[in-house]
Amino acid sequence: MMGWTTSLVHQVGGVTRLAGRTLVRMFTRPLDVRETVRQFDRIGVGSLNLTNITALFTGMVLALQTAYALSKFGARLYIGEVVALSLVRELGPVLTALMVGGRVGSGIAAELGSMAVTEQVDAIRSMAADPVRKLVVPRVWATVLMLPLLTILADGMGIFGGLLIGVFQEGLSPTFYLQRTANVLTFDDLWLGLAKPVMFAFLIGVIGCYNGLTARGGADGVGRATTHTVYVIAISVLIFDFFITKLFLAL
Amino acid sequence: MNEPVIVLRDVAKAFGPKHVLRGVSLEIERGDTVALLGASGSGKSVTLKTINGLVPPDRGGIDVLGYPVSTMSEAALGPLRRRVSYLFQGGALFDSMSVFDNVAYPLREHGQLEPEALEQRVDELLAMVRLEGVGPLQPSELSGGMRKRVAVARALALEPEIMLYDEPTTGLDPVTGGAIADLIVDLDRRLGVTSLVVTHDIPLVMRVAERVVFLHEGAFIFSGSVEAALREGPDPVREFFAAGGVHA
Repeated sequence: MMGWTTSLVHQVGGVTRLAGRTLVRMFTRPLDVRETVRQFDRIGVGSLNLTNITALFTGMVLALQTAYALSKFGARLYIGEVVALSLVRELGPVLTALMVGGRVGSGIAAELGSMAVTEQVDAIRSMAADPVRKLVVPRVWATVLMLPLLTILADGMGIFGGLLIGVFQEGLSPTFYLQRTANVLTFDDLWLGLAKPVMFAFLIGVIGCYNGLTARGGADGVGRATTHTVYVIAISVLIFDFFITKLFLAL
Repeated sequence: MNEPVIVLRDVAKAFGPKHVLRGVSLEIERGDTVALLGASGSGKSVTLKTINGLVPPDRGGIDVLGYPVSTMSEAALGPLRRRVSYLFQGGALFDSMSVFDNVAYPLREHGQLEPEALEQRVDELLAMVRLEGVGPLQPSELSGGMRKRVAVARALALEPEIMLYDEPTTGLDPVTGGAIADLIVDLDRRLGVTSLVVTHDIPLVMRVAERVVFLHEGAFIFSGSVEAALREGPDPVREFFAAGGVHA
């Protein structure tokens, strides 16, 4: 228990410090543009299939379950609304963040971790360059810019999944379904649906980088850094999601 | 007597319960080539890393080229690190970049070279370690010895005044190791580079060292010429040389 608490305090303290240093460098020159663009491709494009398939099936399952639940009140016509709101406000951002967090966070931790244990990070420092600027900032920028885009696409895929069930199983007309969806979504929903991924992305990037940079002791250390990253990202995303939602509803 | 360019005063460092350095002091003069010897895990690499500020000491003072390294922030260490190069044990080449980009890295970071001049300089550096034409390759396509030589080329890019070598010949065949030794001697003679070489390689020591310092259980138990080490060094020092086949 003691060990667990100490490690938690270390993690939170270390991630917070790195987050601060990263934020300062994200908005000051120079930015390594070439590296950032390379990361766009790896982080964004590489995650497309994963997040889209997740969203498509989540939308379909959501529609099935909603139809079942609403039929008890004779309110099956509202499937479109429930699916759209759940997806855009909640499931789209969170599921996409969990998927990308697992895939990208662990990838970042493994890459920077193997750089750390083979002294490549020390090599950057020894050549009077800044590892946060060189390694962390491009990855965090790429995640912060790509995750909202992936989330928007995922929302769309999820709504499409809901539509498939609504049309082919529940016999609703596509126009009706889409109209209900468009009517129920407000600017607030979209705003919340985009604010979340920006924050989640920052967390994913910084936590992945922190665990990579602090990896020690060879392949074993890199392995531990990687699994630990997925665990910390998943928990952080879920906890932050609660508080962001709570804060938004209070505003 | 030359000016000392590396000064360690009562430097101590512990990792958890393990006391790696227990208050060591050392002075190295400009142009000297000093070999730092000792058993594996005795803290030789840590000593090397305190000199360019990669590892901060728990106690003691470190002055390098007049910079008070031990009291400086990471950001303030930049100007010093441009003048002090570090050759890492495994080479520490960036494996996401080609050999050319690796060697060009410090030049792009700090130099204002035009692309053509940059290319010429990288070719020159690769020729210095006898690796012409490997620029477009990835580090993973090279043998261990070639990687180490690329790392040497990268370390020399900014024409350092001090070179810190962490086991420059470990894992190399005797011929490549000999070539690295030649290079160290040449840099010392031709450019007056001050070198501190951490190594287990006795032939390398015999070839390059003007002075040896021996680290044993967190203390420097001997500092002096190779001849003195063989004649009157403490037991661990003479055993070390004897194990390498060199006797008084």
